[in-house]
Amino acid sequence: MDQPPSSVKLLGSWADSHTHRVQLALKLKGLEFEYQEEDFINPSPALLLHNPVYKKVPALLHGGRSIVESVVILQYIDETWTDNPIMPADPSERAVIRFWCHFTDDKLAPAVGLVFSSSGEGQKAAVDQVHENLKLLERELKDGAFKGRRFFGGDKIGLLDIVLGCGSYWLAVFEEVMEVKLIDPESFPVFHAWLRDFEEQQEVKETIPAIDRLLEYARGIRQMMLSGSINNAAASSG
Amino acid sequence: MAAAAGEVRLIGGWPSPFVLRARVALNLKGVEYEFLQEKFGEKSELLLRSNPVYKKVPVLLHHDKPVCESMIIVEYVDAAWAKSGQAILPADPYERALHRFWAVYIDDKWFPSMFGIAKAQTEEAKAESVEQAWAALKLLEEAFEKLSKGKAFFGGGTIGYVDIALGAYLGWAKVIEQMAGLKLFDEEKTPLLAVWAERFCAHEAVKEVMPETEKLMEFAKMLRGK
Repeated sequence: MDQPPSSVKLLGSWADSHTHRVQLALKLKGLEFEYQEEDFINPSPALLLHNPVYKKVPALLHGGRSIVESVVILQYIDETWTDNPIMPADPSERAVIRFWCHFTDDKLAPAVGLVFSSSGEGQKAAVDQVHENLKLLERELKDGAFKGRRFFGGDKIGLLDIVLGCGSYWLAVFEEVMEVKLIDPESFPVFHAWLRDFEEQQEVKETIPAIDRLLEYARGIRQMMLSGSINNAAASSG
Repeated sequence: MAAAAGEVRLIGGWPSPFVLRARVALNLKGVEYEFLQEKFGEKSELLLRSNPVYKKVPVLLHHDKPVCESMIIVEYVDAAWAKSGQAILPADPYERALHRFWAVYIDDKWFPSMFGIAKAQTEEAKAESVEQAWAALKLLEEAFEKLSKGKAFFGGGTIGYVDIALGAYLGWAKVIEQMAGLKLFDEEKTPLLAVWAERFCAHEAVKEVMPETEKLMEFAKMLRGK
């Protein structure tokens, strides 16, 4: 069902992977939308209105209503605009996709964030944690539920590709900024190949900011953290 | 709807609210299943094989295919037995988004604050957790008003996704209320939820599988003794 283009608006932040997830999904669905940039530190009145519980980006506004939490938004988009589905039809395949989305945000992303916000022994432990998590995904791609697929979604990018892919670019960024090895192509050949293929897709290239901008951004945040001006890793989003 | 022997199995433990979610969903759909009770303190081969990532219950095995994570199991049961019983998630995408959002909130904010009351080492810490728990319930009271549209459950006339997400914690909530000497689901603070809580526990799909408060108290004491 088509909606008039002006009825979709996204409140987001340019360096936020959860915002990128929603932007990518909207692009893959061929949907036009208005974008409003939000400042992490100073949420606009609109953001406070539309996400009163968490006060974070992204927030999708559609037909006068707001939807928040990136994975919730992605499913809303898929269920509202049903062409070019990003979820499989089969319930047990859907459950597998949802499981690995949960794993991404519950285990992998926090471990990656910890690499960025820690130093010394703590950072080493965080790096190990990232490797452990990537090993699980590598195994699933090589021999498990996603064996033989180009993307997690099959021949085309699906919801799990979007969730994992929008965030995995931080691995390369943190490798450079923190001088650690996170996504060694020898240790994780299949995952590495998937990520490269994902990042080559036109819609993905249009969504993810240039690596230079991300590097500069990450360096800036890391500097502030080390100098004690902020205590946590770059503010996380919903 | 009867399943062939062995077709549907649920690996779980009776005290777990997450396992309870899966059981309520299966009951709502009238699915017959074999309950494989894990031995406390040990993890079975089957569990480790079926959920190698988290090694936790619940795990639903349907035709031997594992489904992990309680709310993912609930959504799976809703879809796999779509023709049985009532829908657990609503049909409308926006309403589904609201149910999914509140389920996230319940696990993200309500559960840690409730658990925080039990874990608190000082009166101060306990009081802080209690405040957080009440604040979360206030939001959930508003959500109830919006989602129920004047009916009995978050899901409307029947138990829905958010009912299962929150209701599963009611057994432990009662234990914590007794141990901490306070009311979480307070008729004055959150009148709608206070009534909803009793109604949920009394529901056919729930009452047989909701653990009794006394048994949970004993279990909690045993855990503390460990």
